[in-house]
Amino acid sequence: MNLFADAIGWILDPSHWTGPDGIPNRILEHLGYTTITVLIATAIAVTLGLYIGHTGRLRGLVVGVTGALRALPTLGLLVYLAVLFGLGIRFALLPTIIVLVVLAIPPLLAGAYSGVQSVDGRTVDAARSMGMTEWQILWKVEVPLALPLIIGGIRSAVLQVVATATVAAYISLGGLGRYIIDALPVRDYTKVLVGALLVTILALVLDGILIFCQRLTIPAGVRAIQISSRERSTSRSTPAVSSAA
Amino acid sequence: MFTSRRGRIAAGVFAAGAVLTLAACSSGDPLAADESESSGSETIAIGAAGFAESEIIAEIYAQALEANDISVDFKGQIGQRDVYIEALNDGSIDLIPDYSGNLLQFFDDSSDAKSSDEVFAALQDAVPDGLEVLDQSKAEDKDSYNVTKEFSETNGVTSLADLAGIDVPLIVGGNPELAERPYGPKGLTEVYGVDAARITFVPVSDSGGPLTTGALLDGTVNIADIFSTTPSIEENGFVTLEDPENLILPQNVLPLINSDKVTDKVKEVLNSISAELTTEDLIELNARNQGDEKAEPAALAEDWLAEKDLF
Amino acid sequence: MTWVLANLEQIWELTVAHILLSIAPILLGFVLAVPIGWFAHRFRVSRGVVLTVCGLLYTIPSLALIVAMPTILGTKILDPLNLIVTLTLYAIALMVRTATDAFDAVSKDVIQSSTAVGFGAWRRFWQVELPLAGPVLLAGLRVVSTSTVSLVTLGALVGMSGLGYLFTNGYQRNFPTEILTGIVGTVLIAVVFDVLLVLIGRMLLPWARVDEAARRGAGSARVKAVAA
Repeated sequence: MNLFADAIGWILDPSHWTGPDGIPNRILEHLGYTTITVLIATAIAVTLGLYIGHTGRLRGLVVGVTGALRALPTLGLLVYLAVLFGLGIRFALLPTIIVLVVLAIPPLLAGAYSGVQSVDGRTVDAARSMGMTEWQILWKVEVPLALPLIIGGIRSAVLQVVATATVAAYISLGGLGRYIIDALPVRDYTKVLVGALLVTILALVLDGILIFCQRLTIPAGVRAIQISSRERSTSRSTPAVSSAA
Repeated sequence: MFTSRRGRIAAGVFAAGAVLTLAACSSGDPLAADESESSGSETIAIGAAGFAESEIIAEIYAQALEANDISVDFKGQIGQRDVYIEALNDGSIDLIPDYSGNLLQFFDDSSDAKSSDEVFAALQDAVPDGLEVLDQSKAEDKDSYNVTKEFSETNGVTSLADLAGIDVPLIVGGNPELAERPYGPKGLTEVYGVDAARITFVPVSDSGGPLTTGALLDGTVNIADIFSTTPSIEENGFVTLEDPENLILPQNVLPLINSDKVTDKVKEVLNSISAELTTEDLIELNARNQGDEKAEPAALAEDWLAEKDLF
Repeated sequence: MTWVLANLEQIWELTVAHILLSIAPILLGFVLAVPIGWFAHRFRVSRGVVLTVCGLLYTIPSLALIVAMPTILGTKILDPLNLIVTLTLYAIALMVRTATDAFDAVSKDVIQSSTAVGFGAWRRFWQVELPLAGPVLLAGLRVVSTSTVSLVTLGALVGMSGLGYLFTNGYQRNFPTEILTGIVGTVLIAVVFDVLLVLIGRMLLPWARVDEAARRGAGSARVKAVAA
């Protein structure tokens, strides 16, 4: 408990709020890695997930890809890319973002895929019989209905990426992982805890924002129906996070 | 070579034991499993600091002790000094190769010992009860500040004492813990009067390895802390800055050991290694480990012992 | 490749250590998460609390948790237990949610029928709920297994031997082959574990194969466990 008090004291100390190793800068760096990663991963995975969900093709790919990517050890992939590119530490951002994107793809892909899958076939048939094109069906029917699950996937991805972006510090980048990686060799557990606390708080704040978005995106008509079966909808839309690091 | 790896397996076997222990008492008292780890008083658990050279020397210790029928539990690389000293204190390991000057500063940062012998003498006093150091070797490997030849020539810098006088921002690369060490950026300021505002520290977690070298070469940093026995210093023509004020103390390799485990036999074996180990040996061993050959510590240790005709 | 062949012995030993460090968290995580998941499923009040705590647990960077363990448990700093307990916690965090979903998915009608023919709560759990939740539980266990095997590599940063040693060591001497060996080894362990779990599942849950509906349920639950 004492350690906790020390860590809180450390965080509240104004001298830790300025400069490159200050809390605001580390949080900004951390947010930066997270944002770039989630944007790239969303572009790749959600596109793919919507395609698979809509066409029903390559369905085996979802399970295969997500399983295989999850098995890849983050630290190993990170140092492998860092060494392989032979860029020293100058462009450490590149291997870091690649590794984090790999990590973020499974939940995003599965969220988008299962989101589209969960749309009642009869709804899609109805849309088709009204003369909607496939594009229209995707954008006007499937995506709006799938949005809560897609955002559910984004929530999982964000939580994982925020927790895992700490490893970036191992290959000389910044971010909140700096506090943990720097404190590890000198056994400064207060600082390790500071890093962990800030990461957790950041994750919770981001998650809170996304929960809010998730609520907003449920179409009004669907919301009315869902109230009656709230139990299922919450159990499905809350994220099950996977391998953090 | 077989047995020196036993520690790794032992860790695994212990892990399996922990399952059973935890499964047996469903409340899962984690402390209950603790006793099963103490591996008998005769076994010497050997650790290494978090870089290859330390692991190579630890392997030499391990193989030599084993050749003398002393049972050994090889734990491999553990981490940096703060971590392995704690591991020595809590009995996780009994023996580790260390470097005299840094070890002295760790236990006593006010010591004014400068020469190798002074440092060793001061260290013997500074080591806390329960631990002791055996004979030191001639082999020395210390932190050293290096710049590229170009930087040295452009700025006329060959010594740490020159740094205060030049008007270039200093970007120092080194392991993260260097930021906290007395010989780190703080020491540059206190001992050599370099304005702290001019120093930026870039942490690189490879203990002065290829990435630190790369960072120095590509200009990400302009001063790099590299261990003096690293072959890359010579390969790249780096200029190692002189240290007239002895900011970095002499760093002779020596065994740091749990006093309970010191027997005459153990002492004799380890001292005979220290008597033979030289700085050139370290450079060669590191070159074989990091260069194209990528020889592993165990094999390197075997070769070294054979070469020196020990045991 | 020559490096791999020259060092097969060490790689094998690291692999064995890695496997042994992985098994405990996977099994413990499963065994502990199933009852927790059942409680969360059964009692509405506990549900929110349990699921929130599990979500929260997952946001703690694992490295920080591993180094905090000696302080929390009073263990020695090189004790494999530090890693095992940390990974068990993550396994639980991951598994509880799936377990809750698995029990939720068991048809209420079936539960009521079993009560009607005289099953008590205890017998009903073992003979009705658990078997029917089996396929989804297995899907969750497979996810836990894969992610645990991958997380064991972090032990290398705190002096715990396993294939992660090849990552830190290879990084320090700029040696991609060594790192790649570690990655391939880790993935192989994960695949072997996965295949084993599927086989065990086929033995213990033969109805999952026969019953088409259950199979589909398991498939979608896997997707759910992956993301939803």
